[in-house]
Amino acid sequence: MSERRTELLVAGLFGLAALAGVALLVVYALGGQTQVEGILLMVCLGGIGAGVVVWGQRLMVSKIEIEPRGEVGGSMADSATLTETIAEEAGFTRRTLLVRALGAALAGLGAAVAIPVLSLGPAPGRSLFTTSWRAGAKLAPSGGDPVTAASIPVGGVLTVFPNGDPTDPNSAALLIRLEPEHASAPGTVDGADGTFVVFSKICTHAGCPVGLYRSAQHTLICPCHQSEFDVLAAARPFSGPAARPLPALPVQAQADGTFVATGDFPEPVGPSFWDMDR
Amino acid sequence: MSDEPEARPVNDEPELHPGVVTRSLAWLDSRTGLGTLIRAGLRKVFPDHWSFLLGEVAVFCFIILVATGTFLTFFYVPSAATVPYQGPYQPLHGQDVSAAFDSVMALSFEVRAGLLMRQIHHWTALVFVGVIVLHICRVFFTGAFRRPRELNWIVGFTLLVLAMGAGFTGYSLPDDLLSGTGARIAYSAAISIPFIGPWLASLAFGGEFPTTALISRFYVTHILLLPAAIAALLTLHIVLLVLHKHTQYRGGPAREDNVVGRYLWPTQAFLSTGLFFLTAALLALIGGLFQINPIWLYGPFDASVVSSPAQPDWYVGWLDGALRIFPPFEPKILGIVVPAPFIPGIVIPGVLFTIVALWPFIEALLTRDHAEHHLLDRITDQPVRLASGLAILTIFAVLTIAGGNDVIAFYLGTDVESLTRALRVAVIALPILVWLTAYRFAVVARRRHRADGAADPGGADEPPADRHPGQALRRTADGGFEEAD
Repeated sequence: MSERRTELLVAGLFGLAALAGVALLVVYALGGQTQVEGILLMVCLGGIGAGVVVWGQRLMVSKIEIEPRGEVGGSMADSATLTETIAEEAGFTRRTLLVRALGAALAGLGAAVAIPVLSLGPAPGRSLFTTSWRAGAKLAPSGGDPVTAASIPVGGVLTVFPNGDPTDPNSAALLIRLEPEHASAPGTVDGADGTFVVFSKICTHAGCPVGLYRSAQHTLICPCHQSEFDVLAAARPFSGPAARPLPALPVQAQADGTFVATGDFPEPVGPSFWDMDR
Repeated sequence: MSDEPEARPVNDEPELHPGVVTRSLAWLDSRTGLGTLIRAGLRKVFPDHWSFLLGEVAVFCFIILVATGTFLTFFYVPSAATVPYQGPYQPLHGQDVSAAFDSVMALSFEVRAGLLMRQIHHWTALVFVGVIVLHICRVFFTGAFRRPRELNWIVGFTLLVLAMGAGFTGYSLPDDLLSGTGARIAYSAAISIPFIGPWLASLAFGGEFPTTALISRFYVTHILLLPAAIAALLTLHIVLLVLHKHTQYRGGPAREDNVVGRYLWPTQAFLSTGLFFLTAALLALIGGLFQINPIWLYGPFDASVVSSPAQPDWYVGWLDGALRIFPPFEPKILGIVVPAPFIPGIVIPGVLFTIVALWPFIEALLTRDHAEHHLLDRITDQPVRLASGLAILTIFAVLTIAGGNDVIAFYLGTDVESLTRALRVAVIALPILVWLTAYRFAVVARRRHRADGAADPGGADEPPADRHPGQALRRTADGGFEEAD
């Protein structure tokens, strides 16, 4: 391509960029449209970019330059001189008492700085061991009335909270109604017809809500890492990375068909931690 | 003011009518003394190779992220307070959402060009991490991390970690159903750290997950702490680059003791400037045309609900994959429980990243090569490096695939459990296979190259005349030659 034609090409690219910029303003003023805006912005930026590259590569004269380079840094003697400058002139080697005392002072300052850091969160205490379930709390969907046995169809599942209060998301539990032939499954709720089980909804692997219930297979599945729990075997994990069963909530069915917790989960819900057996 | 330069005539030549640019530069120089530095800078020699531009593209992505991100901060509300959604997106109308989610909905539907900026920002974040990874691969496989650049390798590695952290915290800010899941898994990995885990997690998240502090903390981390750290380390990265001068590929007049290339001004500067605009253009096109993170389809975050399938951004996929395919292993020893996420979520990533971060020192120990290197290796010159690098990339690749095991199993028509078992085998067997194959390949390629007489690890210098075919020579630090191997 002749130099004249290259020059025209570059000028054309810059002109295109200018037009696209104005067009973008028009589209914006007319109400905006994301896709068209993206395309026009691309043309505007791309016109400048392509023009600048062609200009630099085709119309500028540059030759290959050779620049010498030495080794990085000086000799060991230079470092020795520097050490002397730093340590000797300040007298660090002579005043070891002061150097140590300064070290202690800085360590103390470090401890003092830890104070605002410790304010960033409450001491975990027993918080990981407990949820907001208490004896007497009724099982109810978030913000709803206490659930009754009759309202859950066979094979059905409902996410429940203590008295329907979802403030503590770690208290989320799954109330599941099994088929009558599984009435003897472990962990079924006392007082009803033996077909209800209640498990923590928080996965014991990484804490995701165990969101899927396959009623035909009686399995609970966590969609985050595909852990599967056997509802007929006290929510024992049988596939995927979870290693602990979902804790069962102690529940008593009432005469009026509602369900009442008789206490908190007997063990921590959600992911494990080192001293969880404390 | 403009008469000041004339008070200091440079020479006796009759340059009596300097233009406005000259006079401005002279004014600036007389106030800063930067003229000499700028002249030297414009004459900095840049070796000419496309692979040296990857790092530049990463810098461009960072600039675009800061620009689009600044726009987003003008509208984003970092608050978990509950508000009823009143915006134009009908399916969510009247639903209780967080103020953060509400503001991102407004950015997407009500702020003009807001969706474009959001999508460019998110896509650029994905490309940012990707280009950093490619740049690190280039530096790794050509041996550019060797003395004197070991520290700059660690600075660059830290930049990768910070970029991943910035991406992860940003991913969580819209407070949609998908992002909250990612934060929750990070929390679970944190509490699996021995004994201090629950403390660390509480300090980081402001209590037991989910907390109302999470959004404002992630926000400050995302828009202040991490970008400031990235900007600072990026500056250090570039200062060290200037001090070291650029590495260069072998061939032509390139030697250990010179830099062969073109001056920064004008060609390299024009190329880089053009590349910045072309990068921005591509990202504008992607951001305009391709939907990303449509939070209105996911809905607002609800701690007791989860979306399915739940997929993180690509660079977090390997971490999620490790959590997915690690066996259900939670031993209890003397009343102490080793939580299931500890090994795949903390130990494995920690070990892999430590190996990568310290590779310059590991390789120097293995090869006993402590000399300065400014000429880049062919990728087959150092078989252990090639084999180890490819093996580590293979681990990351298999784990990333594992991060989508549910989706992949669905498309393959198999069940997740069989696929997971296959991936467990693959994540151990494939890296070993890759290591052995790559090692063998590199040894053969190196031998053949040396036998051809083309190889000269010392660069383009004339090798000693008595050199035998097949005998490799190495340039020593003091400029002489010695036999290698």
